[in-house]
Amino acid sequence: MDATTSYFHWGFILISVPNLLVIAGMIVLFAVALVAPFPRGREDEDAGS
Amino acid sequence: MQAAKPVSVKDKPDSWTLRVRQAIDRQLPMDHLLPHRQPYYVGSWVYVFGVVTIAALVWVVVSGVVLAFMGPQWWHDSGVGRFFNSLHFWSVQLFFIFMVLHLWGQYFMAGWRHGRAATWAIGVVIFGVSILTAFTGYLSQQNFDSQFIAVNAKDAMNAAGVGAFFNVLNFGQMYGLHIMLLPIGVTILVVWHIVVVRARGVVKPIDPEGAAPR
Repeated sequence: MDATTSYFHWGFILISVPNLLVIAGMIVLFAVALVAPFPRGREDEDAGS
Repeated sequence: MQAAKPVSVKDKPDSWTLRVRQAIDRQLPMDHLLPHRQPYYVGSWVYVFGVVTIAALVWVVVSGVVLAFMGPQWWHDSGVGRFFNSLHFWSVQLFFIFMVLHLWGQYFMAGWRHGRAATWAIGVVIFGVSILTAFTGYLSQQNFDSQFIAVNAKDAMNAAGVGAFFNVLNFGQMYGLHIMLLPIGVTILVVWHIVVVRARGVVKPIDPEGAAPR
């Protein structure tokens, strides 16, 4: 737990692996949210706001 | 004896309570504030990110109230205290993750369109105040980590010219800001954000043919 973390270093980009994993997970979650089907409870053809 | 005649609103056209009530009815009718149906385009998981952010904020506040009541010795030395400390920490992580996902969603759908600039601007301010709240939280842990952060952050604060009135080495100031003023600020801004979202409704998707203002 207290060990120094490893870093990803590519050119001018320097980021810790845990932070990189969090960002990668967020991008995956965002992509899934765009394509995953959303459950529809009832017909809503007349809905509007 | 004659009964007192009730005062009609017509008799008091300059009543400020009447004006406020009419303004609220005009700007935020109840069917906008608590809608039971949403437009078809809201049927996407992207719209869930904002609600999850609010849910995380509720957990942050609830766990924070318990931590503030019990104190640092409890949250460091007891098992239940460490549990609530972790609950507070991880709900903050979820709050920020889903706030950024919500920001991405609103950025790519240009959520500021059609009179929603204030909604976007309030969201930007919430993001900034939340970062300040999280920072003062890291300084309020009462451990070596918080001391390390404070000692290193003081130079940045002094370089930015705010060290004189925002002293990161002053635990009382940081703790007071973290558990009182900043959470109240975030909560008020989030409520304001939700109210303006409900007043305008959810922004329509971008029409490739050219969306007309609603």
